[in-house]
Amino acid sequence: MQRKSLDVWVGLFVVLGAAALLFLALKAGNMSSLSFGKTYDVTARFDNIGGLKPGAPVKSAGVVVGRVDNIGLNGKTFQAEVRLKMQSGYAFPKDSSAKILTSGLLGEQYIGLEPGGDTNNLAAGDRITMTQSAIVLENLISQFLFSKAAEGKEEQKQ
Amino acid sequence: MILAFLAAIGRGVREFVVSLGFGTRTFFAVLGASGGLLRRLRLVTDQIHFIGNYSLVIIGVSGLFVGFVLGLQGYYTLNKYGSEQALGLLVALSLTRELGPVVTALLFAGRAGTSLTAEIGLMKAGEQLAAMEMMAVNPLQRVLAPRFWAGVIAMPILAAIFSAVGIIGGYIVGVLLIGVDEGAFWSQMQAGVDVWADVANGVIKSIVFGIAVTFIALYQGYEAKPTPEGVARATTRTVVIGSLTVLALDFLLTALMFNK
Amino acid sequence: MPNLVEIRDLHFAYGDRPILSGLEMDFPRGKVIAVMGGSGSGKTTILRLIGGQLAPSRGSIAVNGAAIDFDDTPALYRMRRNMGMLFQHGALFTDLTVFENVAFPLREHSDLPDELLRDLVLMKLQAVGLRNAAQLKPAEISGGMARRVALARAVALDPQLIMYDEPFAGLDPISMGVTANLIRRLNDALGSTSILVSHDVHESFSIADYVYFLSQGRIVAHGTPQQMQASDDPYVKQFVHAEADGPVPFHYPGRSLAEDLGLGARS
Repeated sequence: MQRKSLDVWVGLFVVLGAAALLFLALKAGNMSSLSFGKTYDVTARFDNIGGLKPGAPVKSAGVVVGRVDNIGLNGKTFQAEVRLKMQSGYAFPKDSSAKILTSGLLGEQYIGLEPGGDTNNLAAGDRITMTQSAIVLENLISQFLFSKAAEGKEEQKQ
Repeated sequence: MILAFLAAIGRGVREFVVSLGFGTRTFFAVLGASGGLLRRLRLVTDQIHFIGNYSLVIIGVSGLFVGFVLGLQGYYTLNKYGSEQALGLLVALSLTRELGPVVTALLFAGRAGTSLTAEIGLMKAGEQLAAMEMMAVNPLQRVLAPRFWAGVIAMPILAAIFSAVGIIGGYIVGVLLIGVDEGAFWSQMQAGVDVWADVANGVIKSIVFGIAVTFIALYQGYEAKPTPEGVARATTRTVVIGSLTVLALDFLLTALMFNK
Repeated sequence: MPNLVEIRDLHFAYGDRPILSGLEMDFPRGKVIAVMGGSGSGKTTILRLIGGQLAPSRGSIAVNGAAIDFDDTPALYRMRRNMGMLFQHGALFTDLTVFENVAFPLREHSDLPDELLRDLVLMKLQAVGLRNAAQLKPAEISGGMARRVALARAVALDPQLIMYDEPFAGLDPISMGVTANLIRRLNDALGSTSILVSHDVHESFSIADYVYFLSQGRIVAHGTPQQMQASDDPYVKQFVHAEADGPVPFHYPGRSLAEDLGLGARS
């Protein structure tokens, strides 16, 4: 009957739409890289986080090993306190260092993790003690000008 | 002379507000009348066929051509900065965030919207809606509500198909015809397109557009004057009001969603 | 309760244009009552008011002894299950077949199993002589046949009150005779009351038990068809004998011809 064939077409239509959605999600988007695995939390303090945003990747040797979960300001030390969600498959020594790096010249900022030499590994709730803040362009420029000015004065003295 | 002009403006504004109020009341009446549809799903699925399946061709072909153009134009522009490898990213973001939902909604208003308006307007002109009322069947529930929900369901499906076909179109032009690196095309896209921020937001947009366009089409048909001229005017209004509403909502939603 | 419908002191206006004023009408059970008058006299409006689609500005309508509450939508819907209405051009649902059109009220208001429903629908179509047209679409049948299908649909639930809006308009003489015959036979077979709005004198008089004449929103005469034939009232006489001029003027009211041609006295 005509009604049954209509149902088939509608079913096909919905399946087509679902397929398109899946294509967009998997092939075009980054769903395949979303890990729903276990994670452990680690914190790190920075003097300046620059343009780091929650959700930014944590990379070591260029491989994504975690995500920035939360950024807040510590009221006592006035440092930025960043909480990282590390994938459970990766363990890092306790004396690893965290730097805020930029991908490409003008790209998004991320946290680069360099492993230390400690035999003990970072556990959930630990704090990464060695950190390097983001490079702020204005500070860099004023540093450059200041050192140039100092060089000039020394040459004058000599 | 000036007084007459001012009076006309006042009248126009008042009519606009009144029709807005009446439209909102009808909207909630249609929503309220939808409860009984759960037992009569056949009505909704039949309408999904008429609204969705019959729009597949225009949406698919349009998506393909939009994808082609994006691929072409995108390449020309990115090539100037040596960034043609980002073509996949450009095509995918443009489609999932904006062009997919918006262009689909505009095409939907033109194709499915006008056919809904004309159908309901002609039913009104032929006294079919009055006959239904006299048979103690609520036309809002039997005629309007199934078409409304069919439109709301069909729109995001059509928008997803549009975006997917568009990306394929961009791939055909960019990689197959022009020669952009295939690996870079997909990997840059996958790195840059976020499922939640981009794809999901695009889906939410298309659902909102579906609600707006479908209801405007149904309302114009329901309130049309029961003459041939009245129905013709109503279909024109569906396209005009529907398109403007989609563009205005798009601005609103984009401002709300993409303001990182 | 001898009267199925009673109308008392009914007034209705579209905005500030009065359509009906001071109507008093009785519709006894089991009878066919014709409501007649020229175009624009408000006849169809009466049907809409009885069906609850329009609300009067003053006055009351009582159906089965209970006054209609025009604000109570669920009550209106309940009342309409006992009414059938035949619209002027049939108003069949164009996307459904003849069978589905007649089955529509049965499907909506009863839970009958498919076989029983099928038999009922076919019997209704048999009563109007269109059983073999069941699988056709409204676009494939003539106007007269569409009217008959609409009639079958109107009586699908065996209503107590059947209303006909200009059932003879635009039909050929054979179809007119068939329709008139059906209206009378169905009314008697179902024991219903029928209200017939028409301006066809010959057919209506042949089947009606009582007639109301309307002119400009008021009842100008009422009685049995025989009484109306013999009436001295100038409006009734003009209508019944199809006279060109009388209480209903030929010329649209306004200036006289002399004034328009500039022949009148200049001021």
